[in-house]
Amino acid sequence: MSAVEAKVVNQISGGEMLVRALHDAEVELVFGYPGGAVLHIYDAIFKQDKIEHILVRHEQAATHAADGYARATGKPGVVLVTSGPGATNAITGIATAYMDSIPMIVLSGQVESRLIGTDGFQETDMIGISRPIVKHSFIVRTATDIPIMIAKAFHIATTGRPGPVVIDIPKDTTDPKVEFPYTYPTDTVLRSYAVPGKGHSGQIKKAVEALLGAARPMIYTGGGVIQGEASDALTKLTKLLGFPITNTLMGLGAYPASDNQFLGMLGMHGTYEANMSMHHCDVLLGIGVRFDDRVTNSDTSKFCPEATILHVDIDPASISKTVVADVPIVGCVSLVLEEMIGLVEESKARINTKALGDWWTQIERWRSKDSLGIKPSEDGKVIKPQQVIQSLHKITAGDAFIATDVGQHQMFAAQYYGFDKPRRWINSGGLGTMGFGFPAAMGVQLAYPDAVSVCVTGEGSFQMNLQEFATCMQYDLPVKIICINNQALGMVKQWQDMQYSGRHSHSTYAESLPDFVRLAESYGHVGIRIEQLDELDEKLRAAFALKDKLVFVDVLVDPEEHVYPMAIKGGAMKDMLLSKSERT
Amino acid sequence: MRHIISVLMENEPGALSRVVGLFSQRNYNIDSLTVAPTDESSLSRLTLTTEGDDAKIEQITKHLNKLVDVVKLVDLTDGAHIERELMLVKVKASGSQREEVQRLVEIFRGQIVDLTANVFSIQLVGTGDKLDAFVSAQAEGAVIEVARTGVTGVSRGEKVLNL
Repeated sequence: MSAVEAKVVNQISGGEMLVRALHDAEVELVFGYPGGAVLHIYDAIFKQDKIEHILVRHEQAATHAADGYARATGKPGVVLVTSGPGATNAITGIATAYMDSIPMIVLSGQVESRLIGTDGFQETDMIGISRPIVKHSFIVRTATDIPIMIAKAFHIATTGRPGPVVIDIPKDTTDPKVEFPYTYPTDTVLRSYAVPGKGHSGQIKKAVEALLGAARPMIYTGGGVIQGEASDALTKLTKLLGFPITNTLMGLGAYPASDNQFLGMLGMHGTYEANMSMHHCDVLLGIGVRFDDRVTNSDTSKFCPEATILHVDIDPASISKTVVADVPIVGCVSLVLEEMIGLVEESKARINTKALGDWWTQIERWRSKDSLGIKPSEDGKVIKPQQVIQSLHKITAGDAFIATDVGQHQMFAAQYYGFDKPRRWINSGGLGTMGFGFPAAMGVQLAYPDAVSVCVTGEGSFQMNLQEFATCMQYDLPVKIICINNQALGMVKQWQDMQYSGRHSHSTYAESLPDFVRLAESYGHVGIRIEQLDELDEKLRAAFALKDKLVFVDVLVDPEEHVYPMAIKGGAMKDMLLSKSERT
Repeated sequence: MRHIISVLMENEPGALSRVVGLFSQRNYNIDSLTVAPTDESSLSRLTLTTEGDDAKIEQITKHLNKLVDVVKLVDLTDGAHIERELMLVKVKASGSQREEVQRLVEIFRGQIVDLTANVFSIQLVGTGDKLDAFVSAQAEGAVIEVARTGVTGVSRGEKVLNL
């Protein structure tokens, strides 16, 4: 690391250095919770006005809020927690960010250096506990380490394949009585850390040749396109080629869902047409994806049996990890896509239009099956969960930020909302963290105070972080919470219905659910209950009309509904259940 | 197939645990491991042996390279290389057995570095196979302690692993 044109400030404490370095790293918001080991830092925060601190009600929520902020903005989320339980409470949120490659900086307090290793009060080995779920971590040795470590941490968290970075800060290093000159490095070079740039031109050429010669091409893209700010380039290339495209759960919004070339999400709960097209394609272009088991199904030997696989990713370790790539391309996805666009523009005439036409005819036949068609309830009164998402899309004009928790409601939101823009879909894809949605929606709202920030949740997930009602009251965050209430852990129950002869082991609790309307009201928010289909649109509209209020909308839905399509375990992508009675 | 991977990494606290942790986290095996600072004091050199097919070894090297502390690495088994391991072994020997043990030490070009009336402490350097062979050449029950360093190595010829 070298310091060029460094900003020098004379004589400040470690705590002040930390806050100042965060400001120099262009941080605006910190999500945190105070405690003994970070009191010096909190005092330094008190004495300045450049960085806003948001007091959450549980450290896990701080990490998810920072995560939501990062997913919506592309900027790193910053978390400040105390040692011991503060740090361990942050773990789930760090793991969530790690699995989805979200840039995050977690500043954890630590006991004084002299006490480390003595089992001191609120001591835990944060570096050790977080090691498998961070991109990198640092422990501060002296106060003068702080600015350099902050600069390195932001560089590592935000470049290449992004991820969380932990900085563990022993209390003595932030002591207000000990002062040092402060310098923030403006140039961060690490000899052991290189960020991939352009892809290999020869490989890109080879990939484009394969695309131009394809009879049944398919484009499959994931979170990497969103993280890599490559949505525009992806859309341009896809339009230029005229090929069908599908997005993973993490990749929704990278390509406009309302466009005809979009076949919907793929994978375990993907559309019939997306999964069939994957299975039958002859050339597959995967971009910013990791061939995760929720896409490929459990037996990768049955995955895309006829396809030449082209795989673009910034992380070399993602390539040929589960599925061997025929043409691997390591590089920044936006730069690779730009290069591909250039090559395709030169030789567009060589696209096999006859074969492509036949391929689209086949795809339209699959699409006409309407695998996401909703069957309304027989009495016309009971609300189907899918109808809630449809109504939500209508009322928000498809333009809201939608954060979700994990379970059936998450899949319904992914299938039915239809995202036309990147960074609007905020969900825990890799780790599948219940309790993620509400704090994430808070983070989104803080990033964009005037935007519509929605949390689609279930009554199960919501109870994992409902304490954040208080945070929303303190900071006037008008998040709209749409609770798809089926009075059970819906996805668990669905699997128990399908694989355990309907034995609902510990997945139901209808008799002990709180009155969510009164619960919201007790925190000073608005609660609305919707029980019948004919009041769905009207009451949802009323909820969104309360622009300055947090509104909790408790929607009672058909508890028997399952999520379909659903991949058949051990099968290929073409093997799906389409309803309770129909399979491919 | 057995692979010997040599890693240059930052001589920082926590770097070793990140490498070792990676192996358990991703279900890879480490058969032996040796680590020490190099002539450049900011760097440590770690050498490990592991088993796996090409796909697995490719994943191991990619994941090692992703660790921020890892500066460079080489799979020594990719090319011609020299590997060495040091063993200190204690062998019980009294009476006529003493000559037999001494002869074996000579054949294997080892050194007797300590002795008592009943025990030889022997130092032996070589490939893992050679050390194995020495141990199995001893009389039944004669070997009472074995301490091995694990394998280290370098590529043959001009090829080097440095900054």
